[in-house]
Amino acid sequence: MIGDRRVEDRLRELAPQVLGALVRRFGHFDACEDAVQEALLAATTQWPEQGLPTNPRGWLITVASRRLTDQLRSDSARRRREDLDAERDVPFTSTTGDPADDPAPSHDDTLTLLFLCCHPALSAASQLALTLRAVGGLTTAEIATAFLVPEATMGQRISRAKQSIKAAAAPFTLPPEDEREERLRVVLHVLYLMFNEGYTTSSGPDLQRADLTAEAIRLARQVHRLLPGNGEVAGLLALMLLTDAHRPARTRADGSLVPLAEQDRTLWDAALTAEGVALITAALASAPLGPYQVQAAIAAVHNEAAAADDTDWRQILALYDLLERIAPNPMVALSRAVAVAEVHGPHAALEAIAHLDGDERLNAHHRLDAARGHFLEMAGELAAARDAFRRAARRTTSIPEQRYLDSRAARLS
Amino acid sequence: MKYMLLIYGNEALWSSFSQEDFQRTIAETDAQLTELAKSGELVGAYGVGDQVLAKQVHVDNGVPAVTDGPYIETKEYLGSFTIVDVDSLDRALEIAAQNPFAKVGQVEVRPLMHEAAVDV
Repeated sequence: MIGDRRVEDRLRELAPQVLGALVRRFGHFDACEDAVQEALLAATTQWPEQGLPTNPRGWLITVASRRLTDQLRSDSARRRREDLDAERDVPFTSTTGDPADDPAPSHDDTLTLLFLCCHPALSAASQLALTLRAVGGLTTAEIATAFLVPEATMGQRISRAKQSIKAAAAPFTLPPEDEREERLRVVLHVLYLMFNEGYTTSSGPDLQRADLTAEAIRLARQVHRLLPGNGEVAGLLALMLLTDAHRPARTRADGSLVPLAEQDRTLWDAALTAEGVALITAALASAPLGPYQVQAAIAAVHNEAAAADDTDWRQILALYDLLERIAPNPMVALSRAVAVAEVHGPHAALEAIAHLDGDERLNAHHRLDAARGHFLEMAGELAAARDAFRRAARRTTSIPEQRYLDSRAARLS
Repeated sequence: MKYMLLIYGNEALWSSFSQEDFQRTIAETDAQLTELAKSGELVGAYGVGDQVLAKQVHVDNGVPAVTDGPYIETKEYLGSFTIVDVDSLDRALEIAAQNPFAKVGQVEVRPLMHEAAVDV
């Protein structure tokens, strides 16, 4: 008997490779994806008992293609049957069962699959769910649990996503050169959403819940490996690592949030910080700058301060000035204002955010009130600060954040 | 993001519906829920039992007391609620507007709280 965890890890690694091999051979991304899911489930049942097969990838490809041909054969479309007849004679796994006989996969289809799953025809939520399924190799149940919806709901969402891809007639190739940068931006955004989605409060590890943060990092690492010269890819990975480094210090035993300024930095993961700093340093030196790189650079400055008081806020402010130039948005303005407060004082910070009241893009107005509360408290205007924190607490939908804001207000009563 | 869509009713409103109106409303609601299930946005839809079935539970000094009737004695009472998981508030409002009841009454839309933390 081999451990379920080992099987799970292996399957998640193989899933996109198997899917890629099938789609290259047969097309029909949506049907292939279903077939691969079934093969993965079969492996989950059989491998822990019978041990890993000699050629796990070949095993999965064989089982998945059998399911696929069964499914397509039951279709009455004559054209599909003809396609299959042509393909069936060409073996693409070794029949001797010896992995040495199996040619190494000539393509890493991860990137192609990522582009496909992050197709612009899909909503962000659908892109995310489909990426977790087809590239991450998670089951529908695992994804449903991660997003706290019923399995049926998630199943439908994924089905719909695959239908949209079929309707868009998206080919199984990398996007054309002139679209690639924009499409890559979407992929990175989906990975960023995945990372943030996984960044939830937990007072203990929940083994039933797929770790979306770890999954986002794993996929970002793969993309970085495949596109080593791309600065924004490196920047996103660095940002994830530098942010994840705080995880051991982010929550107290009771689950409440610890703000960055109060975190015990001895708990920060030094290895993740080192790796993140190295990545962003290299990326800044060799590539044109994009928003993920700048955000990673800001994170690096924070992580390099041994104590909150040692933080080089001037450098952070300069980086936010840069970020505002290349990717202006209200959230950046808010974060920049925190740096302004540290360098120029709270009144300058309050001035810096005054214009955001009317900004319709600021879809999380409680953040504005929370920031205002913070600066008012720094300026000694305690009653106004308390009111701002209370307003913010009422308007957030995050329970941990609400508790934090209520506690900030209570401190000033 | 998850939202709850709540439909409140009152006796006067229900009485003003003809049998045909009811059947049509039920059919339209079912059709909408089917669409929402297909799109993967529906988390659940629940009709709430009539007021006459409501009970209140209060515990005084360790002794539970059960009374009949809803919590608040008002004209309006909860008739049903639906939970959706959607990309934006705008989408939740769109779904609320498509509910057949929105034509004759109000559909209340409330975000649901969640456990996701943000950096503070």
